[in-house]
Amino acid sequence: MPRGNLITSESDIAITVDNAGDEDEVSSCYEEHEWGKNRVKGREKEREKKKRGNARKKGASRAGRGDEELEERAERGEKGRRRRKRDNHDGKGRERDEEEQAEEKSGRAAKNKKNLKNERTRKMEQEERDTEEGDAKRKKKNESAKREEKKEDGGKRAVKEKANAVKTKKHKKKVETSSEQESSEEEDVEEEEEEEKEKELRPESLSPEELEKLKEAVDEKKKLIQTLRGKPWPMKKKLSTLRESQEFLEKYEGALGKGKGRRLYAYKVMMTKKWMKFQRDFENFKTACIPWEMKIKEIESHFGSSVASYFIFLRWMYGINMILFGLTFGLVMVPEALMGRPYGSMPRKTVPRADEASAMDFAVLWDFGGYAQYSVLFYGYYNNQRAIGWLKFRMPLSYFLVGVGTVAYSYMVVIRTMARNANESGGGDDNSFNFSWKMFTSWDYLIGNPETADNKFASITTSFKEAILEEQESRKDDNIHLTRFLRVLANFLVMCCLAGSGYLIYFVVRRSQKFALDGLDNHSWWERNEVNMVMSLLGMFCPMLFDVISTLENYHPRIALQWQLGRIFALFLGNLYTFIIALMDEINLKRKEEEIVKFNMTVWEASLYNGTVPENSTAPPVTIHPADVPRGPCWETMVGQEFVRLIISDTMTTYITLLIGDFLRAVLVRFLNYCWCWDLEAGFPSYSEFDVSGNVLGLIFNQGMIWMGAFYAPCLPALNVLRLHVSMYLQCWAVMCCNVPQERVFKASGSNNFYMAMLLVILFLSTLPAIYTIVTIPPSFDCGPFSGKSRMFDVIQETLESDFPAWFSKVFSYASNPGLVLPFLLLMVLAIYYLQSTSKSFKEANVELKKKLQMQNEENKKKSKRAALKAAMDLEEARKAMTQAAEQQSNNNASPQAQKDGGENRSSSQRLHHGKNGRNATPLLTDQEGQLPATRAPVPRTYHHGNHGAPGYLPGIPRQTEARVHRAPSLQRH
Amino acid sequence: VLFYDCTYFTRKEILRLFYRYRDLAPQLVPLDYTNQPDVKLPYELIGSMPELKDNPFRQRIAEVFSEDGEGNMTLDDFLDMFSVLSEMAPRDLKAYYAFKIYDFNNDDFICKSDLEKTLNKLTRNELTEDEVRMVCEKVMDEADLDNDGRLSLEDFQHMIVRAPDFLSTFHIRI
Repeated sequence: MPRGNLITSESDIAITVDNAGDEDEVSSCYEEHEWGKNRVKGREKEREKKKRGNARKKGASRAGRGDEELEERAERGEKGRRRRKRDNHDGKGRERDEEEQAEEKSGRAAKNKKNLKNERTRKMEQEERDTEEGDAKRKKKNESAKREEKKEDGGKRAVKEKANAVKTKKHKKKVETSSEQESSEEEDVEEEEEEEKEKELRPESLSPEELEKLKEAVDEKKKLIQTLRGKPWPMKKKLSTLRESQEFLEKYEGALGKGKGRRLYAYKVMMTKKWMKFQRDFENFKTACIPWEMKIKEIESHFGSSVASYFIFLRWMYGINMILFGLTFGLVMVPEALMGRPYGSMPRKTVPRADEASAMDFAVLWDFGGYAQYSVLFYGYYNNQRAIGWLKFRMPLSYFLVGVGTVAYSYMVVIRTMARNANESGGGDDNSFNFSWKMFTSWDYLIGNPETADNKFASITTSFKEAILEEQESRKDDNIHLTRFLRVLANFLVMCCLAGSGYLIYFVVRRSQKFALDGLDNHSWWERNEVNMVMSLLGMFCPMLFDVISTLENYHPRIALQWQLGRIFALFLGNLYTFIIALMDEINLKRKEEEIVKFNMTVWEASLYNGTVPENSTAPPVTIHPADVPRGPCWETMVGQEFVRLIISDTMTTYITLLIGDFLRAVLVRFLNYCWCWDLEAGFPSYSEFDVSGNVLGLIFNQGMIWMGAFYAPCLPALNVLRLHVSMYLQCWAVMCCNVPQERVFKASGSNNFYMAMLLVILFLSTLPAIYTIVTIPPSFDCGPFSGKSRMFDVIQETLESDFPAWFSKVFSYASNPGLVLPFLLLMVLAIYYLQSTSKSFKEANVELKKKLQMQNEENKKKSKRAALKAAMDLEEARKAMTQAAEQQSNNNASPQAQKDGGENRSSSQRLHHGKNGRNATPLLTDQEGQLPATRAPVPRTYHHGNHGAPGYLPGIPRQTEARVHRAPSLQRH
Repeated sequence: VLFYDCTYFTRKEILRLFYRYRDLAPQLVPLDYTNQPDVKLPYELIGSMPELKDNPFRQRIAEVFSEDGEGNMTLDDFLDMFSVLSEMAPRDLKAYYAFKIYDFNNDDFICKSDLEKTLNKLTRNELTEDEVRMVCEKVMDEADLDNDGRLSLEDFQHMIVRAPDFLSTFHIRI
């Protein structure tokens, strides 16, 4: 027993000494950094030197030092391991004896432990400080050293444990929080092994103190593993650290469990492990599930982020449409198709006799007439039966709620996305680092295409030039007048275009109504599709016109893009609304027609009844085939058809322009270039660019039409999903194969919310007419789920009355009482107002804080300037004193070498000043002006190194002087 | 593979990166990495990757991430590089490496000569001397908080964390 004890204490001491040395090293590293600006403690340097002997020269590079440290550490680690092993043996041999005397020993060991603890806490503190430290290089060193220490601590503890033999270690396989991707079988095997060991060793409890410590160390390691990937170390180091700490964890973490709870603990640990694994797999799975991620990445790397932003937007849109499609398909179309009355059972579900012959013709189907018109795709097909099928599915109610839900969901998603974007981009729009940002963040590391890179170079150059110009503020006034005039002119031209296009559409729509009245058959194809074609053509050519006009204006490309977007937006909006107005006219026409039909129908029915059954109508009336029954025009289906046709023609034009404008052009340019008189690729036609603004707007408007028409044609979301899906692939392909990157590459940051804002506006504008028609126009009498009601929203009332208990409808009627609704609305308005004002005040506070921060920054600058000046002054004085002393000495020695050294000192002091305060040092150095300009230029580093090695040659100068001379370069480094 | 905790990649991405690495020089890199062969790819191969080919700082990137400082990379370095440049890496880590990349002479400070080099690489020497000097002065003015005539890592981080585009531009998709 005494031997074991001796060994432990010895080893403990040895390690503490080691540790002390280590810590010194650490602290010296740390302090070197911390104090670098002012002074370096010679003491530490010396100690370090003592420790290292002559092996490490002052001028040696850091890398060399690091190597040494590594070696040392390795040695130490080796030693510790050996020690541990030895102790292990001893401990096991004496287990029985020592058990009895355990308590005494632990008391003795407590002293050592205390020491250790102090040290550890200190270290912890240091580490905390370190993490705050910016200088990561230092950190790296410090931490690695510390880690080593820690490991040793752990080892030491283990040593103690074994030697005292009070605590047999309970090896239990433990989960490292961020466990590895080791195969689970392996783990199991290991676990079993550990289990066996466990049986051998008798479990006894640890003293709480040690447990605590162990726990700390273990937590430390865990944290280390978790944060490892964020550490700026080379990979090798990370790997070795990872392995080390994992080993450590495996070894000592098991000791944390206690007697009886061990099983439970092990189980818990296993579960967490499994859970982690599952989570990781799930994450992998999730990233694999994002559609088109690779495609978009590829595009992004070729064309920059602005083009990619379009595709991301497209994907987002696709997601939304998927959900809309799921809603309408699952809750409206499928139930009606499965549980509703089959086709042909009633007039609204049958093709009328007159059209039967042509109902299957492709042209008719393409126009969504014939069988397509009388199917679940359109409003008119749905029956007004209150509940259908064995599920008692409330069809009309579901139809209504889905219509409302689509809109509500869209609003929610758009607004939420906008808010999130705003949050992300919020703040950080101050201009204090304009140039620095341009310098360090303007290169887009994503660019992987020579042309894009060329463009980027050009745009960076121009942006720098612009910034310089702005900085100089040497703008000429006459230019401003010209640009102003041009901008006004451009806007005027754009307005003309808009008005013209609006009128054109109105004219065309009017004319098409006339044609429609005449009957479609006696008109040409053009006259039938005039409206759609004109709209598509306008949508195609006007943006080009705007583009030409906008070159007059000379805006920054990002602003120009927004203007362009705004204009095209206005154009599309105008077109859309003219279209809607025309549609309204048509609805009114149809309704008049409907009145007539209704009247005729009663007459017809009456005549039917009169003809067959004389007076009593108890017997069922004659069964007429539903196709023969006269019917109303059903304006809802007509609206739905219009929208569907619009979408189809829009999609077609998009694809065709894509094929002709991009693909064909690219092919022609490519292959005609060999036999053409000028360079087609560089010259006039060249390849087309990807038009982000146009495409985004197309997408937005498309979506707007979907929202508008979805109520009357439940098939619209499905169509849109199809369209988006196809255009995703088609456009990806087109971009990659026949477009060239934009000439002026700019970042798309921030414009994302611009898209969203437009989408929101469109959403609002498109829901307006839909809601208007739903609320004000009575549904047709013989088609659709709401037939027979005076308004569509009567469904709700009906449901309330018949499907819910009486008290509910009562409560509802109370709640919908204007006396209650109005105050509620008022309250909401007030709340909005309140929130708005608070947010405003927050914003103001933000601005204020920013200002303060800036002020503080400036003050700090001044302060540090002053401090630097003062330090420089101090140093100067010290230097003077020193040189004087040196001169005295050298005078004594009377050697030419000494004078040389004086010169050396001097020049190094100048460098020092340069390093410390740059231009501010000028006043201080007046006594040496002559050499100043030369020293102001940045001094190459090799020079310092040359200087480092030099001092050894002067034997006559006292040690202190030497130390000072050395200090200069280390100062410079900081 | 142990790399998971050291990088910001999923297992699949690590494998893909490995194949990318291997594709650069199939004759040099073995498929089997279990016994950790010591293989390095010369800078010429790394720099010719399409992701880096057009980057004006490609040499710096390779140098910073390679262990020998010459741009010759082992698989570890390679993974390290793309881990730092991935989207998942935190801002501080990115800033640290960005600093190293822009610190051309490896003296742990960005001094004027570094700035000039950066600027010339960014603009392909198309700015005049005066303009370059002015821009560098402006940058120093803006970002140098302790007025020592050069940017330390703290200065750089202070500046870069406020940059709106830094995170979106300082990554490479692979």
